[in-house]
Amino acid sequence: MPEIASGQVPDTFPRLLFHHAEVRAGSTAMREKDLGIWQCWTWRDVAEHVRALAAGLAEMGFRRGDHLAIVGDNRPRLYMMMAAAQCLGGVPVPLYQDAVASEMLFALVDAGARFAFVENQEQVDKILEIREQLPELVHLFYDDPRGMRHYTQPFIHDVRELIEMGRIHNRNHPDFLPEQVAAGRADEVGVMLYTSGTTGRPKGVRLTHGAFIAAARGGADFDRLTADEDILSYLPMAWVGDHLFSFAQALVAGFTINCPESAETVMADMREIGPTYYFAPPRVFENLLTQVMIRMDDAGIVKQRMFHFFMAVARRCGAEILDRRPVAAGDRLLYALGNLLVYGPLKNVLGMSRIRVAYTAGAAIGPDLFRFYRSIGINLKQLYGQTETCAYVCLQPDGEIRFDSVGKPAPGVEVRIAGNGEILVRGPMLLNEYYRRPDATAEAINDEGYFMTGDAGLFDDDGHLKIIDRAKDVGRLANGAMFAPNYIENKLKFFPHVKEAVAFGNGREMVCAFINIDVGAVGNWAERRGIAYSGYTDLAAKPEVHELVRECIERVNGELASEGALADSQVHRFLILHKELDPDDDELTRTRKVRRNFVAEKYAVLIDALYSGSASQFIETAVRFEDGRQGKVAADLAIRDVKTFASSARSGR
Amino acid sequence: MNAGGEVVLDLQKVSLSFGGVKALTEISFDVREREIRAIIGPNGAGKSSMLNVINGVYRPQQGEIVLRGQRFTRMTPYKAARAGMSRTFQNIALFRGMSVLDNIMAGRNLRIASNLFQQAIWWGPARREELAHRERVEQIIDFLEIQHVRKTPVGRLPYGLQKRVDLGRALAMEPSILLLDEPMAGMNVEEKQDMCRFILDVNDQLGTTIVLIEHDMGVVMDISDRVVVLDYGRKIGDGIPDDVRANPEVISAYLGATH
Repeated sequence: MPEIASGQVPDTFPRLLFHHAEVRAGSTAMREKDLGIWQCWTWRDVAEHVRALAAGLAEMGFRRGDHLAIVGDNRPRLYMMMAAAQCLGGVPVPLYQDAVASEMLFALVDAGARFAFVENQEQVDKILEIREQLPELVHLFYDDPRGMRHYTQPFIHDVRELIEMGRIHNRNHPDFLPEQVAAGRADEVGVMLYTSGTTGRPKGVRLTHGAFIAAARGGADFDRLTADEDILSYLPMAWVGDHLFSFAQALVAGFTINCPESAETVMADMREIGPTYYFAPPRVFENLLTQVMIRMDDAGIVKQRMFHFFMAVARRCGAEILDRRPVAAGDRLLYALGNLLVYGPLKNVLGMSRIRVAYTAGAAIGPDLFRFYRSIGINLKQLYGQTETCAYVCLQPDGEIRFDSVGKPAPGVEVRIAGNGEILVRGPMLLNEYYRRPDATAEAINDEGYFMTGDAGLFDDDGHLKIIDRAKDVGRLANGAMFAPNYIENKLKFFPHVKEAVAFGNGREMVCAFINIDVGAVGNWAERRGIAYSGYTDLAAKPEVHELVRECIERVNGELASEGALADSQVHRFLILHKELDPDDDELTRTRKVRRNFVAEKYAVLIDALYSGSASQFIETAVRFEDGRQGKVAADLAIRDVKTFASSARSGR
Repeated sequence: MNAGGEVVLDLQKVSLSFGGVKALTEISFDVREREIRAIIGPNGAGKSSMLNVINGVYRPQQGEIVLRGQRFTRMTPYKAARAGMSRTFQNIALFRGMSVLDNIMAGRNLRIASNLFQQAIWWGPARREELAHRERVEQIIDFLEIQHVRKTPVGRLPYGLQKRVDLGRALAMEPSILLLDEPMAGMNVEEKQDMCRFILDVNDQLGTTIVLIEHDMGVVMDISDRVVVLDYGRKIGDGIPDDVRANPEVISAYLGATH
């Protein structure tokens, strides 16, 4: 049954889906690794399932405009359920699956979800925990029946029952669903995504079919994505990036999404699939590189020599070869040999052999890290966007890649820099509104229709956008010099030994910092030097580790000293925190961004100690373990001074 | 709780001695269909001996084992396995150099019909059979959430995971009665919780009757339907956890006589 007239360009996601189910019915739309085998769903299968799910939902009383919460890991049925809700003119609301019940409560209440579809018993339990506070929730469906035998509550259903019910409904009412799909409009809200809440309460961002399709099509055209791409869908479904890549672009371009078996198997699954199109936040690229380096350190001397020799070749000419710039014939030959011996096998181990386009975003990426991937021939690029803009504002064009910019405005997007340095954007991909927050909507979109991103940035001479910091975080030191904490923190985090850094200095006479060391990298470093340690807290207290971190900060100071306006931002004193900053303790957002104000308040004694000049400070902190139990971590933290440099001095690296 | 089922395993006046040492003295208790039955007791109480008697590793000098109405005076491990009993070991009995997958596959040995020759050429029925077994093994891997170590040699896994693989190996036989020898020994709190959940899931979803030995009282009391308490080879208590906990003899055995 054709849901769309031929010749008409599909302008909503359900229409796109049924379009693909016609033109490439037998090609693979989704893969999921289950029982050790990649199980495939063709576009025809997916369309059939979505039809059944949608009809089932309608039978259960789902109405146009209803919200349907979706909670779980990336599973085919969860993606299908999004499309099913959209078929009926409803709005799927994906939520972060690793949030605890109380965190989920806010979004569920705010969205007033009448329906919820969750992955498994774990998520059902969370919903049941807060059931009393969700009077609007009428039906809860689950995907994985494991452990669900004894749940007798009448509002909990196996999704298979829903599918069965929907199939019967479709047989009896063959016209119902096509009518519903035909009634959908491009300017209707297609999905609601919650902001991470870095800045206060999360807000429901309402995005239309049209907005996401514009963003997806713009990006797909920009990178010439075809129906043959393979993408690994492993990032939280609640995150705008996953929705853009695994849902919107997959439906626009018609390529295949691949759902890993479990969170722990992502690396192995990636090797098996060999995605051609890949997205990862910088920290994933960083972890991969750290693993490679650790394993390289353990390799035999011949392999090590070979690796370091060819990596030097790659650093010299790899990125140029990727950008198709002229390179000396000798280097070209060496690179080809290196590709055979080192880069090729390395890419294969990382599962990156087939990558045509890889993107990273969400945080600044270290120059060494960025160059590493590009030099071994992986076309890693950066993009810039927010939830409010469908993660689509700037993209780096092939051949114009640099680590410290996020590229040029994407097709169809207008970008302007306001007087205070804030980045303003306008285009078809903008949000409709924040749900039930006209105040916030009015605040975010100005009279000319520009969305105020809250980021401070500037354009360089080639028209590339450079992000400095959050506009509101940019402060002033006591002497009036500019203070951009993120900029400093990112520089610190580029060192493999530093996992997290929090810089303070707004309104103060100097900059001080908290450091979280990276247990993997520093632990390995310590083992090599025969330094025994029992865990994070112990390792963080070692004087040798303090010395290591001090050296890192000193190098950053050296760089900052040469950057004119930021020379006064050099870090004068630091301490290494006794516990890792953790989203479970509300110190980081679920996307692992530091909640600056919360951390400053929680560790106020430590900040006082940093600025009072004392050499150490005792602190005891409550921590929450993953199973919800509470514990305490206490330590006597040493505070160290770091050498700073005169503004003009060019030293350090 | 499933305490009301039929008796599937009945031990009658079992006595076992090694030379002059009496390990078990006239012990009788029964295990019902689909229950979780714990055997507890302080060190040296005879718990492991009891389990070894049940699956035929030790032969008791006196007493009988009645398994689903069938009387065994001379149980052997092979007969026990044939009768649908499988077990895990306190000190983990796995092939350390083999992958998790192969170890669990090894647990299906009894259920593989094709002979060595057929398997060697891996053709026709042998191949189909292996695929079917592989699917079953994958279901166990999925059930125990060890997909990420599927191909890792067991010797490289942390202890808690090895225990889980050992359980998987025992489950591969699709036992109707599962004997667990200190499944939680040497584990940290989180690993214990995981293991408890898997034991309860096995019992609930696969309908397996479980006999387990444990000396961590807290854990046992939470998950068992009924508990047998041994001390110096004698049975000193038997019943539901709350009764056993209140039994003065049990308290004195665990906490000393002054209580």
